[in-house]
Amino acid sequence: MSDSQDINESRRNLIVASATAGGAAAVGVALPFAASMLPSERAKAMGAPVEADISALQPGELQIMEWRGKPVWILRRTKEMLEGIKKSDPNVADPGSEVPLQPDYAKNAFRSIKEEFVVLEGVCSHLGCSPQFKGSDAKAEMGAEWNGGFYCPCHGSKFDLAGRVYKGVPAPVNLSVPPYTYLSETKILIGDDKKGA
Amino acid sequence: MTQAAKFFSRALACFTLVVAPIFIPTALASSGEGKLDRAPIDLRDAASLQSGAKVFVNYCLNCHAASMMRYNRMRDLGLSDIQIKDNLLFTAEKVGEMMNVGMTRKDAKEWFGAAPPDLSVLARARGADWLYTYLRSFYRDPATPTGWNNLLFEKVAMPHALWPLSGQAALDVREFKTDEAAIAAKVQTRTYSRIDESGEGDAKLFLLKSTKIVTPGAQTAAQYDATVRDLVTYLVWMSEPDQLYRKHVGIVVLYVLLILLVLTFALYKNFWKDVH
Amino acid sequence: MAATHKEPVVVTCIGPLNGPASSLLTWVEQRFPMMENWRNHLAEYYAPKNFNFWYYFGSLAMFVLVLQIVTGIFLTMHYKPDASQAFASVEYIMREVPFGWLVRYMHSTGASAFFIVVYLHMLRGLLYGSYRQPRELIWIFGMLIYLCLMAEAFFGYLLPWGQMSYWGAQVIVNLFTSIPFIGPDLSLWIRGDYVVSDATLNRFFAFHVIAIPLVLLGLVTAHLLALHEVGSNNPDGIEINDHKDAKGRPLDGIPFHPYYIVKDAYGVVVFLIVFATILFFMPEMGGYFLEYNNFIPADPLKTPTHIAPVWYFTPYYSILRAVPPMFNSQFPGVAVFGIASVIMILLPWLDRSPVKSIRYKGPIFKSALTVFIVAFLVLGYLGTVPTSEWGQFGEWLGGVDRATVVARICSVAYFAFFILMPWYSAIDKTKVVPQRVTG
Repeated sequence: MSDSQDINESRRNLIVASATAGGAAAVGVALPFAASMLPSERAKAMGAPVEADISALQPGELQIMEWRGKPVWILRRTKEMLEGIKKSDPNVADPGSEVPLQPDYAKNAFRSIKEEFVVLEGVCSHLGCSPQFKGSDAKAEMGAEWNGGFYCPCHGSKFDLAGRVYKGVPAPVNLSVPPYTYLSETKILIGDDKKGA
Repeated sequence: MTQAAKFFSRALACFTLVVAPIFIPTALASSGEGKLDRAPIDLRDAASLQSGAKVFVNYCLNCHAASMMRYNRMRDLGLSDIQIKDNLLFTAEKVGEMMNVGMTRKDAKEWFGAAPPDLSVLARARGADWLYTYLRSFYRDPATPTGWNNLLFEKVAMPHALWPLSGQAALDVREFKTDEAAIAAKVQTRTYSRIDESGEGDAKLFLLKSTKIVTPGAQTAAQYDATVRDLVTYLVWMSEPDQLYRKHVGIVVLYVLLILLVLTFALYKNFWKDVH
Repeated sequence: MAATHKEPVVVTCIGPLNGPASSLLTWVEQRFPMMENWRNHLAEYYAPKNFNFWYYFGSLAMFVLVLQIVTGIFLTMHYKPDASQAFASVEYIMREVPFGWLVRYMHSTGASAFFIVVYLHMLRGLLYGSYRQPRELIWIFGMLIYLCLMAEAFFGYLLPWGQMSYWGAQVIVNLFTSIPFIGPDLSLWIRGDYVVSDATLNRFFAFHVIAIPLVLLGLVTAHLLALHEVGSNNPDGIEINDHKDAKGRPLDGIPFHPYYIVKDAYGVVVFLIVFATILFFMPEMGGYFLEYNNFIPADPLKTPTHIAPVWYFTPYYSILRAVPPMFNSQFPGVAVFGIASVIMILLPWLDRSPVKSIRYKGPIFKSALTVFIVAFLVLGYLGTVPTSEWGQFGEWLGGVDRATVVARICSVAYFAFFILMPWYSAIDKTKVVPQRVTG
């Protein structure tokens, strides 16, 4: 009786050990397969940081760049535009940019390194459409409170000129600010904030 | 099991008996042919790889592309993106680009008669020894359009791109009355050589062909051999950049399998104790 | 009408299940015959207890099939069936996709491993007479699986779009041209172009990734259902179902689960050690698993000096080359080539021996089988080298290639094994077959 129990004991241990080792090996095989679905070197090279030359950008003008297949806006804001952003404070949902959608160096009143230039990912935080630029002269269309900003045609979300979302629109949070850095006075590197890449 | 084993040893013996006698003449017949020089490459030698990369970018990448190879893959050779950009990037703007060339296939065909092959995986098709021998067997030949010929690859369309380093060689032909004498002299030859036959009957001659430097280049023969070794090391690495990593993974996998072998064998024996 | 309720008793290797797990299984069982299939095909499928080394290859073939399907799915995520991109996309998998090299080498090594395993599995059938009555249909399904596998390998080999892919496909498709009357139109239809081209690549891709695998899976199911209907053969070539205990269980049988599950698990690990050694340390296997010329992109204007098919086709390729053209036509060679690859399907009706297993067969059959195996191996080897490999015979023999003569002798031996079998298997002396398996 005790003999057969011993056999069962050792057999159970063996089953557990084999199953554990076999399971671990199976996971080990599954991992490279899962990894093969991650972005390839090609995708990484295409998603590499892009340089933007802003020397020719006029005040009030919007430049659109492509980074990782997404539109990235560089807007050179005028004095009036910056004041319009301040005036929008009561109308936006997250005036202090508390939701971490920007690098730390862009967590300020104008969501940018330099007040004049804002860099934003032009992708609506609602469902991923690309919003349109609407100047402060679009008050007839956008309402009396409008101080210029971005309007998403898909579901009517509104953002101010710092990419902050208005209250009561479908989009829940502000537009994202990508990592970026000034290589020089007139060159911005989008996608990387460590110099020298 | 024993029955099957016996049966198979018998089958194997028959196979050997049938095939072996037919092989003997083959072994004799192949003695006159050129044997490739062995390429003394070491893929773990980072200095050799980096120097090979430099030779490749400077001398090969003007006509040959490596269109499946990204510049920044050379990070695996211990180079940083900045080093790659500053020292190795001539035709491209970004380290993430492929090693392409400006020349189109059509232009190339017009200039050389054949488009230079893409070198990304060429080492896997040709092998290191072939490349090592080929790059050291060019000689001057006024009869060809480029003025160059190659002892290993006759009438090759490619001119000798590395000649400023190697210098210029000429074909050296020595005549022998017998095959044995030619083979004896062949063994003494430092560079790649080949024995051709000419004439019939009594006029039959054995020609030992090799190359000989007539105008020295910037490097001595030994230095040039090292340059070619580095280049071939790089080409072999480039043909499968993951090959060393592959072997590392393989060792880990085999260890895991050995553990599983012990466990499954014990499990099998444990269960089969019941079977009588 | 009273509803019949099945009340399955669920016993695992650790003991009977009870509680919620058991009631869930009961719920499922009343709607789907899960436990019933489990019992029929594993827990209460009685297999002879005397399976030897040769009996690992059936389960290994299943294992490799799964491996090929899974790796194939992941390769399809990155591969481009387009003549201008195919070669580069394979290199893209090898270099740029994370662990793409691993998936690709698993698939390429798996292709050769599949044939090794299947050839050994077939040889097992030859040794122990597994094709004999009542297992004729298992053998036929198995042969159809083998033919599908050859088609699958052929279609798949074009996909890397290297020189050997291209010219191999060109040569094989051109074989169809020699078929009288319809040949030229047939090969044109297969290619969809005047040469192997983008259209050919695209359709071969479709066959390789979906059409043939579906047929293959169906045939494997049929192969197993037929096997489990009549029961497994064994090295003694006798029926274990002839001797049963009071409960109707074969005295010489043991349940497939757990006994052969644990044994085959061990077999799979041994196989994986060999497989991993090749995959990680010599994935080209000296040019036999991945041919060197296939690392040169397909060039329709330049044929490589020596075209050899991948090793698993070379016995048949040798036979094809050994047959001289007759009546100004290549067709006889092509016909012989075709017959050579399907003739084995007739084995159940060619073997007239009163015994099944090689253990009890006489010297004539053993010699015939030995000659056959040697001929098959020699043909396989000859198919990988140029016919001039061994030089020519002297003037007195017309200066023909020695290798061609050897290939002709081996081709005759190959066919003689089958054609003469009804005669020599009947007159051969046999030993007395035991009543019960001999371990």
